[in-house]
Amino acid sequence: MPVFDLATTELRALNQALHALDKSGVPEDFEITNPRGAHAVAVGIDAPVNVTINGSVGYYCAGMNEQATVTVNGNAGPGVAENMMSGKVVIKGDASQYAGATAHGGLLVIEGNASSRCGISMKGVDIVVKGNIGHMSAFMAQSGNLVVLGDAGDALGDSLYEARLFVRGTVKSLGADCEKKEMRTEHIDLLTKLLADAGIADVKPEEFTRYGSARTLYNFNVDNFDAY
Amino acid sequence: MCGIVGLFLKDKSLEPQLGALLSEMLVTMTDRGPDSAGIAIYGADQNDLVKLTIQSPEPETDFAGLTEDLRKAGIKNASILPKNTHAVITVSSDQIDATRSALEDLHPNVRVMGTGTAMEIYKEVGLPKDVLERFKISDMSGTHGIGHTRMATESAVTTLGAHPFSTGSDQCLVHNGSLSNHNNLRRELTREGIRLETQNDSEVAAAYLTGEMAKGKNLGEALTSALDDLDGFFTFVVGTKSGFGVVRDPIACKPAVMAETDAYVAFGSEYRALVNLPGIEDARVWEPEPATVYFWEH
Repeated sequence: MPVFDLATTELRALNQALHALDKSGVPEDFEITNPRGAHAVAVGIDAPVNVTINGSVGYYCAGMNEQATVTVNGNAGPGVAENMMSGKVVIKGDASQYAGATAHGGLLVIEGNASSRCGISMKGVDIVVKGNIGHMSAFMAQSGNLVVLGDAGDALGDSLYEARLFVRGTVKSLGADCEKKEMRTEHIDLLTKLLADAGIADVKPEEFTRYGSARTLYNFNVDNFDAY
Repeated sequence: MCGIVGLFLKDKSLEPQLGALLSEMLVTMTDRGPDSAGIAIYGADQNDLVKLTIQSPEPETDFAGLTEDLRKAGIKNASILPKNTHAVITVSSDQIDATRSALEDLHPNVRVMGTGTAMEIYKEVGLPKDVLERFKISDMSGTHGIGHTRMATESAVTTLGAHPFSTGSDQCLVHNGSLSNHNNLRRELTREGIRLETQNDSEVAAAYLTGEMAKGKNLGEALTSALDDLDGFFTFVVGTKSGFGVVRDPIACKPAVMAETDAYVAFGSEYRALVNLPGIEDARVWEPEPATVYFWEH
């Protein structure tokens, strides 16, 4: 198994090795040690590789990920898994601001807490946070699912489009055009799958509340001007 | 962008390493702000003596006859320790105003960076590594300190525009962000008699806190008021003689990471700045909440 020690190896050598992998190849395992908060660790991968990072990372870890499974045994800085297309990113600790921003697909699991703007402008990604999320999360989220086992901060789902938000704990406040919604069978089924994908067995989907767009701001109407 | 760091020691055995630890933290933040750098360090209190950290663009000329000039101006027993472009003048506390006015009269080039019984401030234009080496910061000991690497947005790249800003005795502030109501606040503070040296928005924030503390608030209370009265983006790290505080605006888009162990409280704009601190692997690491005041005191 290739091991990259970032205390002695250039970050660029690691990312180049990851970019050189066969897109359709058999899964490989990479291990990264001593990230020491470095930025852009394991970005732009497009191969079915398993990357384990032992330590905390800085900005944009696993950004633009396709196919890869990236696990961070530590905390992640701002913009983890930003613009992910597919694959899976697991953060064992906490994540900073805008985790999973603009991500189109794949699964982002944050086992600790996420900070503000988690899932901002998400476009199809599934995000599961075991702890709490900060303010302005899912701002302008367009599609995908955000599952929060803990509490959400202020202005959840502000200017939300079609993303589905599931929160088990309390929500400090809802953003403009975000409202509580009914949990139907299809949502229970969806949540059951998402929790299983995230490896969570001890939490029932019925414990969550669903939030979504009221769709009054979905298309511009001058009568709603004050609400923007 | 700017990078800020802070370190507040709880374990006295780390005090000889304060300058070295802070220096390492600050150099890591170079790519957040390569324009200028500065550091404020709180050392031992010397009974009834006060330190003025001064700076001159022509240190050879200004510092050479300074002891003699101050003696002639009636400042008795002033000791002067030059360090590159800065010097620390130590005088008895009742002579601080006289020393300031003597400096203004005799050495108009000289700027007072800060005053206090414990605090010294060193800041210059240039890469953090070079600035820290000029002043031999890594040899300094102390109880707590803050540092800043500047990417200039609100005023010119000059020594006076570098952080930390000090507008009151033993008080200093570093700022990442930009304020939007600093011009109005500057006028109000000037009317209240607080003296500002630059057009920099962060100096206004420092002066605001000085003004609030002059009204009897402690640092924690002054920072709470700042959340109501300062508009814009900010992460502030501030020091007083015995205290260390952190606050972020309600939007909190400027980054901040904190770590606490039994030995210290540390602040960095990024986690990278903290990785060389002793015992960081087992520290409690967290991101300070928006609009929340964090405050420690010895």
